[in-house]
Amino acid sequence: MNEPIKSGEKLNLAGLPGRRGNIVIERPKNSRQAILRLWNYLKRQKWLLILALFLLLVNIASTLAGSYLLRPVVNHYILPHNLPGLIRMVFVLIGIYIIGAAAGILVNRLMVVVGQNTVRTIRAELFGKIQALPLRFFDANSHGELMSRFTNDMDNVSDCLNTSVLQLFTSGITLAGIFVLMLLISPVLTLVTLIIVPLMLWVVSAIIKRSKDFFTTQQIALGKVNGYVEEMITGQKVVKVFCYEDSSRKAFDEINDDLREKATSAQLYSGVMQPLVQNLNTINFALTATVGGFLAILRGFDLGGLAAFLLYSRQFGRPVNELSSEYNSLQAALAGAERIFQILDEIPEPADIKEAQILGRIEGNVQLKNVTFSYDQGKVILKNITLEAKPGQKIALVGSTGAGKTTIMNLLPRFYDIDSGQITIDGTDIKNIQRNSLRRSMAIVLQDTHLFTATVMENIRYGRLEATDEEVITAATLAGADSFIRRLPKGYQTKLENDGGNLSQGQRQLLNITRATVARPSILILDEATSSIDTRTEQIIQQGMDQLMKGRTSFVIAHRLSTVRNADEILVLEQGEIIERGNHEELLKQKGRYYQLYNGQFD
Amino acid sequence: MIQITFIMKKQCDINRPNCRTFNKHLPLSMKKYIGFFLKYRKAVILAPALVIIDVACEIVQPDLMSKIVDNGVMHKDLHYILQTGGLMLFLSIVAIAANVGNIYYSSHASVGFASELRKGLFDKIQAFSFSNLDKFSSASLTTRITNDVNILQQVIMMSLRLLIRAPLMMLFAVVIAININSGLAVIIAVAIPVLAIAIYIILSRGLPYFEKMQKRLDQVNRVIQENLVNVRVVKSFVREDFEMKKFGYTNDDLREMAVKASGLVVLIMPVMQLVMNISIVAIIWFGGNKIISGAFQVGQLMSFITYITQILMSLMMLSMTIMTFSRAEASSERILEVLNTEVDIVDSTLAKEKKLVVTMGKVEFKNVYFKYHAQGEEYVLKNISLVVNPGETIAILGATGSAKSTLVQLIPRLYDVSAGQILVDDTDVRDYTLFNLRSSVKLVLQQNQLFSGTIKQNLKWGNIEATDDEIIAAAKDAQAHDFILSFPKQYETILGQSGVNVSGGQKQRLCIARAILKKPAILIMDDSTSAVDIATEAKIRASFKKHLKGTTIFIIAQRVSSILAADKIILLDNGEIIGEGTHDELLKTNTVYQEIYASQQLQTEAL
Repeated sequence: MNEPIKSGEKLNLAGLPGRRGNIVIERPKNSRQAILRLWNYLKRQKWLLILALFLLLVNIASTLAGSYLLRPVVNHYILPHNLPGLIRMVFVLIGIYIIGAAAGILVNRLMVVVGQNTVRTIRAELFGKIQALPLRFFDANSHGELMSRFTNDMDNVSDCLNTSVLQLFTSGITLAGIFVLMLLISPVLTLVTLIIVPLMLWVVSAIIKRSKDFFTTQQIALGKVNGYVEEMITGQKVVKVFCYEDSSRKAFDEINDDLREKATSAQLYSGVMQPLVQNLNTINFALTATVGGFLAILRGFDLGGLAAFLLYSRQFGRPVNELSSEYNSLQAALAGAERIFQILDEIPEPADIKEAQILGRIEGNVQLKNVTFSYDQGKVILKNITLEAKPGQKIALVGSTGAGKTTIMNLLPRFYDIDSGQITIDGTDIKNIQRNSLRRSMAIVLQDTHLFTATVMENIRYGRLEATDEEVITAATLAGADSFIRRLPKGYQTKLENDGGNLSQGQRQLLNITRATVARPSILILDEATSSIDTRTEQIIQQGMDQLMKGRTSFVIAHRLSTVRNADEILVLEQGEIIERGNHEELLKQKGRYYQLYNGQFD
Repeated sequence: MIQITFIMKKQCDINRPNCRTFNKHLPLSMKKYIGFFLKYRKAVILAPALVIIDVACEIVQPDLMSKIVDNGVMHKDLHYILQTGGLMLFLSIVAIAANVGNIYYSSHASVGFASELRKGLFDKIQAFSFSNLDKFSSASLTTRITNDVNILQQVIMMSLRLLIRAPLMMLFAVVIAININSGLAVIIAVAIPVLAIAIYIILSRGLPYFEKMQKRLDQVNRVIQENLVNVRVVKSFVREDFEMKKFGYTNDDLREMAVKASGLVVLIMPVMQLVMNISIVAIIWFGGNKIISGAFQVGQLMSFITYITQILMSLMMLSMTIMTFSRAEASSERILEVLNTEVDIVDSTLAKEKKLVVTMGKVEFKNVYFKYHAQGEEYVLKNISLVVNPGETIAILGATGSAKSTLVQLIPRLYDVSAGQILVDDTDVRDYTLFNLRSSVKLVLQQNQLFSGTIKQNLKWGNIEATDDEIIAAAKDAQAHDFILSFPKQYETILGQSGVNVSGGQKQRLCIARAILKKPAILIMDDSTSAVDIATEAKIRASFKKHLKGTTIFIIAQRVSSILAADKIILLDNGEIIGEGTHDELLKTNTVYQEIYASQQLQTEAL
């Protein structure tokens, strides 16, 4: 992944390494719901899960039984000096442990499979959902944000399903098991533990609570530092040009110091929990040993029982610690899952109406009738736009940035639905045409020339998957791309990587044009397809474009008016309205906005 | 324990090319970092010292317990039990104090270290020259200051506790175990290498899987990324199903490798359990025998079991800690790379003494050659000679890649020439301090940027002391005043990161205003009006003519219209000057210029 993830805070969340209790966690808004939905995925593998649970119980039982059997071992065999019995017990223990280990291995692997299957399913659903969402969604959500659903959030969910779930169950069941066995061995000694455990829990919850607050403040401070660093470093060259280094250092020192203060408290609180729980457990151990000794002398408590009990009380701290730290990663996972589900719940592009037509071969007559459109309610972008493109005509849109040119282009393939008015193709309202067949009838060449990681051939073929190699080459020749493609190391089989990074802007644009050519669309949309190319290169591309436009209805947006001169109709847009229309000569004669724009270029 | 998967994954994540096996490297070249610890040296020493106390208090507990059983219970000595129990309790309270102290000091030390390091990095980057900056992407520099430093912080925290605690625990436990019964200690001598080898085998086989998994994860992310940037293309060609299929393959590949990798690593825990439990059985068997023969006691048996558990757990902890370390090593390397970068453009002593200031704005290039990397083969600029007199306007024209930007960036010494000389006011640019030179030579970069803050704050970058009137005057000259006033908060309008809430053309105009705020002696505009419409651009030129009379102006532009009025036009091709003169002269004599002009104008004359 090459793109830096924009959102500094998210990035950094993932970057903090210590998952164990020393990371901030955003809390899920509704844990229960998130869990239920995750469960919906998990339960597709119900039988594997039941098997896993069974194996887990076997595993835990074997671990606990080992210590528990220490009692009869000591009482009945060691103390009475019963050697044959001891041999028997040793074999029993070995057997139990091997079964336990086997169960442990199986359950761990099973959970990995279950976890990864689930993650794969969710990831695939999320990707599928992204395909179905309307452009409006992508306008509102940055790529960085969406990427972090796939990376950070998915990671958290994956980690959790892989390990945390199992760990939570293991710790929980172990804790309960130890407790029951302790009770069985000695209810009185268990009372001692019962004094310490609430203390432990109190310490844990008190620390979690405090550290949560500290982490929130730390996170805010960290966000500030990261934001500042990102901004300054992105603009580092500007900083240099303006000799702003000292000022930026000073500003940085301030927020960096603030972060240090906040981070120290956060680190302190999060770091202290586990050792403290451990220490409390040691106190428990000391108390148990003392009271147990007393019991053995005064109440005849058996030595084997004491031995087993002490082993358990020694084991008590770990599951508590693990529960508390896994709890955090569970929270992170749930918060991540929630955000993923949020996208899954987005409303997809509306389905085609039932009687929607499939567009066959079309003439290419495109009409907009009184079209009004707004991205957000209340902010009208296009007002009352009316235009007609006859089959084969070239329609140009000119006007300043933000006038609404691109918006018109976006309406033709129904990337957005209009507020009022009508758009028709060959007389049919596009709302009554199946969306996919509508889009197949058009090809769009955009200003940004993103390519896919694939061969040149495959990139071009993206326009029409069934195109043969010959057709691809013919299209490339037509668009004027063939000669440079042939000069690439492996010609058409050259693999493009990093968004075609080693191609020039012009070459990438030529590939895009070729891709549109191979698609054989009836309607062609060129949105600033050549604006970032210098004029000499543009001339070369222009020939390809002209070839492409021949016999097709085309819509062109161009910065340079020279490229639109030969359009059948030029529409001048200003603030969402068409203020002038006509061909080049007519518009020049009007001496209006177009005249100004045109002459401004050469004054 | 479960951390393993996590650590391994992130480890590969962070340093893919040299994703290393965990055992090859112990840690960080500490040497280089000592300076960042100096402020916190007390904490750095106290933290590990307190760990020793903690370990000592903790590790004798099972031994004391065994004495309670063997001496107290067996001899029915209540007083002894009470005494020993009291000692145990006392020691655990001391341990608490030591632990809290350790965490306190290691928090201070690690966070303090991180803070100093962050500052060190940031300061270093502030001193970077353009060519230093070119070496790193800004995203990568940002990651280094943020994530990488955070990772080191965690590692320091760990070092000051776990890395010392785990081996100490092991050591103490082994010593006590041998003390209790050297015969039984043989079990420990067997168990430690068995577990160590098992962990080693699992991890060393698992790591390559993790590397592969990471690659597949990258692939998945790449497909998503490309899908997102191409969303319009995907939709317009109706390729949703195609994309889903493509994604399906990579997704399945990833799942497969993730199962392999994690499936292997999750074995560590059960294996460790098995080794531990078998050792316990061995202790019961051999210990039991010894008890039967009277050479051993029940309490000792119990403590022995506890010690071996302790030892094996510490071994696990240690291997985990080391893994985290090797992961941090990658971060450390990336940080050191920044710290060790030599800043190649600094003030010369001569410049510092003379403190010359640019006043006139005369610029002269004398046989200038330039290449970005000293070892690079071809010069980017070749034999450039050029004289520009104060107050002249020079336009530079040329195809993409003809080194126009490079040429102008040499004037404020953003790069140093490879050969030849650049003179400003007849003094070599290297004889000015950077501050004095750049204060008078203002460059409006092609890749320009505004910063978070109000419009006024942004403009003030050009001159911190500027008055409101001066700011407004500059904004007017840059044709920015009117649209600024159209914002509800006018000059107090807050710009988001990178100034996202203004349009491209508005941003460019703000950048121009910022640059002319102090009426520089030399102003360089590198394609800085490309998003400004032609009429507005003309107005900017007109106001420059009026208010920046004495300023020498360099203009790089794509549009011929932007440069027609220049006193002189320089035509660059492939790093060489291939034409020089006014518009009319060039139009008569220079074929390349004629072509460029024609391509933009087409048949204007025909009208």
